[in-house]
Amino acid sequence: MNWTGLDTWIVITGVLICMACALPGTFLMLNRQSMLGDGISHAVLPGLAVAFLLTNSRDIFPMAAGAVAAGVLTAVLTQMVQRFGQVESGAALGVVFCGLFAVGLILIRVASDKVDLDADCVLYGSIETAVVDVNLVPRVAWISGGLLIFNALLIAFFYKELRLAAFDPALATTLGFNANAIRLGLTVVASVTTVLAFESVGSILVIAMLVVPAAAASLLTHKLHWLLALALVLAAASAVLGHIGAITLRRFVGGLFGQSDLGATSSAAMMAVTAGVLFLICWLVTAVRQFANRRRVARDSHRS
Amino acid sequence: MHTAETTPLLLAVRDLNVAYQSKVVVWDADFDAPFGQLVAIVGPNGAGKSTLIKAALGLVPIASGSVRFFGLPYAEVRHRVAYVPQRESVDWDFPVSAVDVVAMGLYRRLGWCLPVRRRELDLARAALVKVGLADYASRQISQLSGGQQQRVFLARALAQDADLYLMDEPFASVDAATERAIVEVLRELRASGRTVVCVHHDLPTVPEYFDHVALLNMRVVAQGPVSSTFTAENLRKTYGARLTLLEEAAQAVERARVSLQHREER
Amino acid sequence: MTRRRVLFLVALLVLLLGGLSWFLSRAGSHVGHSHQSGEAHATGAPAARRGGKSITDTGIEWPSREKIWRTVSLADYNTRIVFAGVTALGAAGGLVGTFLLLRKRSLLSDTVSHCTLPGIAMAFLIGESMGLSGRSLPLLLTGASITGALGMLAVAAIRAKSRIKDDAALAIVLSVFFGLGIALLVVIQHLPTGNAAGLNQFIYGKAASMTADDAQLILLASLTLAMICAALFKEFKLLCFDTDFARTQGWPAVALDLALMGLVVAVTVIGLQAVGLLLVVALLIIPAAAARFWSHRLGVTILLAMTIGATAGLVGVAASALFPKLPAGAVIVLAAVVCFAVSFVFGARRGLLVRWLEQRGVATRVARQHLLRAIYEWCESHAHNRHADPLHLLEQPVPVADLSAANDWSEGRATRLLRLGSSEGLLAWTPGSKTSHLTARGKLEARRVTRNHRLWETYLLHYADVAPPHIHHNADQIEHVIEPDIVNELEELLAGGEGRVLVPADPEKPVPAMRGART
Repeated sequence: MNWTGLDTWIVITGVLICMACALPGTFLMLNRQSMLGDGISHAVLPGLAVAFLLTNSRDIFPMAAGAVAAGVLTAVLTQMVQRFGQVESGAALGVVFCGLFAVGLILIRVASDKVDLDADCVLYGSIETAVVDVNLVPRVAWISGGLLIFNALLIAFFYKELRLAAFDPALATTLGFNANAIRLGLTVVASVTTVLAFESVGSILVIAMLVVPAAAASLLTHKLHWLLALALVLAAASAVLGHIGAITLRRFVGGLFGQSDLGATSSAAMMAVTAGVLFLICWLVTAVRQFANRRRVARDSHRS
Repeated sequence: MHTAETTPLLLAVRDLNVAYQSKVVVWDADFDAPFGQLVAIVGPNGAGKSTLIKAALGLVPIASGSVRFFGLPYAEVRHRVAYVPQRESVDWDFPVSAVDVVAMGLYRRLGWCLPVRRRELDLARAALVKVGLADYASRQISQLSGGQQQRVFLARALAQDADLYLMDEPFASVDAATERAIVEVLRELRASGRTVVCVHHDLPTVPEYFDHVALLNMRVVAQGPVSSTFTAENLRKTYGARLTLLEEAAQAVERARVSLQHREER
Repeated sequence: MTRRRVLFLVALLVLLLGGLSWFLSRAGSHVGHSHQSGEAHATGAPAARRGGKSITDTGIEWPSREKIWRTVSLADYNTRIVFAGVTALGAAGGLVGTFLLLRKRSLLSDTVSHCTLPGIAMAFLIGESMGLSGRSLPLLLTGASITGALGMLAVAAIRAKSRIKDDAALAIVLSVFFGLGIALLVVIQHLPTGNAAGLNQFIYGKAASMTADDAQLILLASLTLAMICAALFKEFKLLCFDTDFARTQGWPAVALDLALMGLVVAVTVIGLQAVGLLLVVALLIIPAAAARFWSHRLGVTILLAMTIGATAGLVGVAASALFPKLPAGAVIVLAAVVCFAVSFVFGARRGLLVRWLEQRGVATRVARQHLLRAIYEWCESHAHNRHADPLHLLEQPVPVADLSAANDWSEGRATRLLRLGSSEGLLAWTPGSKTSHLTARGKLEARRVTRNHRLWETYLLHYADVAPPHIHHNADQIEHVIEPDIVNELEELLAGGEGRVLVPADPEKPVPAMRGART
């Protein structure tokens, strides 16, 4: 395996982004809003399209603003459909993000003469090309590092409120922390994270990192601070192992077709897959532990 | 005529243990339902009353122990057992009418793929009449009051025409009319030789409504005829030494004595 | 009743699909291959052209009248195929989606559809590496079905065997499977063996490229799905309503659940080609959610969901036939969303408007009762002979100022209430006049309302321990809610009570208050 400086930067960027996603993701999972990440990643498309049509540029700021607006719109519309239409929350989210995504696709098609924008950019994103940079430290690494610090600071500041809102929204509201506002804030953070991350790594990695490490960690611990720490570790591990997996995959498939190496793959996607594998391992560990527990209970009760 | 001695026990639970994750909820429970009686399972919140019934019906996995209905495993005698779940267990916004829900009790008899026919609907309507909801048959279920919803569930069990009825808190937050309708139905069932096991939360009404009682707090503290089992001592063992409850229990026991005397005098 | 509805449903579907197939076969002789020249949308790089056009110039060409006519009359064989296929797909989505919605698993369709991607990619890889054509549709769809089903099973396993919550299980499986699919897709795009661009159409869909074979597959599959749903209608209904009860009755709940989810996988897979995996979920979620606003009956809801799905499909295909630039899949979804929005507001059962009107109706009724009771009570307290015939007692003109003072009404509220009463013909009052008196109908109504109210008050007083909190004291007649013997008991209580007098239900009946007073 010829590891280059590029590989190092891919891994560093991947680790930073994965950890940045895992932080808000943990609270999304506790709020039972895990599918929101998927919803937002679809729903940002019209936001991007509108921002582009209005400013006619692909600058990061208007694009991010449009995407965040679309993300918040998703959350708010879902809430409204759920409350005023008495529609079950999952279906409400489905209606909203499908609708927004369809609008985005149509906008892009209708304005395709002007828009240098592609629905694919939402899906794929390529960490490999993103790290190719003239600077010593690639721009994308700066962005993801900044994102991680930003998210970490936010969570450190609002740790108590987030925990309360996730555990008991009604209590939080009676204590003067508007649970809905806190959740909306979390949605905004998730949208920002999604937007900044998928510009470079693709939305699939974001969706995965928002939920998989947190879920895997939740199998292992009941304590919130351990949950966050474990989620971060698992996210970082998925990034490192995922890149190695990507290299392996392209060699394997290349081998099928008589080549030593295909030369291209998607590290971001493989990081998502690796997170899934790590989840599976954690799940097996708990399953074994539980099985032992149950046997002990049964044995004890027989003895007594 | 059957008697408790000649027939196998309708429901016999032996050494039942149920655990959620690693937390034990029901511990070494032995429970019998004698023939042709109204049986209450009573105990504090979280004592595993509902779990006991659900475990007996195979709705929650049991860690160890055995459950026999009519001396047989449940799967072989499903048609003789009817279950009334807690009202909160379903979505009352579901697009079905009251008579549709009652007809569900007849699905098993119908078998696979056959649609509900006029005959089943008539049976379902008859069951609704028994619980006093004849006029509500075609109402969508969300338009019924809580007590009426509970009676719909009861009608569904009646439609099954079973020998043993297991009911999970049928009296929980129902209005007076419903409570009386349910009691009446229970007495009719007893009169026709059926057995009813109710998870019950309201101590004062136990002596009035039931013949047999099982006091449960994780394990079965005591069980037997209400007259001999529903005593202050047993209630204290079940509920612990919580003061308000004890007072309530003392009153209940007193009432039980009075009502039993009353019954004997008759 | 239910049976007739199911038969009706099946018959309608058979008619619909049969008609469409007939349409197809009739035109089969002059097969046009225009679909191959179909526009290349949604795939590949976007146009990088940057004309100097303004933002408002969207670049959409309006179709000629002839083209509109050709589309609407289904003159093109190709349009017919696409119409048939997408309509059937929409109907199937609505049908299965309704059960899915009632099972509260709508988002499962999203996960399943994403899970098909690795299957497509793997099938392509296997096909290519074995020297077959990697683009054979049956092969790809088989792969899609397999991973779709695997994903569905994975969700079920996580849900059953771990403490991970539903939504997290869905998101985990979705992202991991889709990640694998993307990873494989990227690899495939760099394969030396050649073009893999066709796989992209499964992501965004390409209805216009549908062939007669594809449409037939969709029709057949939808028909099978509909038959399965009709046969298992009562089982699915029971499963969705009360799973625990189904289990105690000996129905294999897990198997039924898997069967239902299998249907979801089937709809997803047949929809992949037409609308793509990102939007096929919309056909499973939106029509069903929209139909829920219209009916409290399962059969009707299903029928409506199928109609909405089919209509959305028709509109989408028509729009993309008229405006070749528009992606059909997205237009289909948009049409469905419009249906949803209309249903959300105007739905006959749960729509916003209906519920708002209901609420207003309640408010009006309460206000009317309030007014009538106030007048009755004033008359009662100003009567010379308390035991006179109550109807006679209500003859007197009531000063508006007294009413307002006794009930703490503002001038505006009093005017509003009186205007309501006079517009309903309950009392005689002209704006500005100082007094008002009840009409004949108003008298009867006032007596009824007051009696009802006093009985309820007594009920709540004497049965406080058992009266449920959500009691229907708005019910038109207490007799409709409470058993007659309790009403009798209440009447006696009221008659024997000190403060209030019972209002007789019936003018012919002797006034119980007098009886009470005598004893």
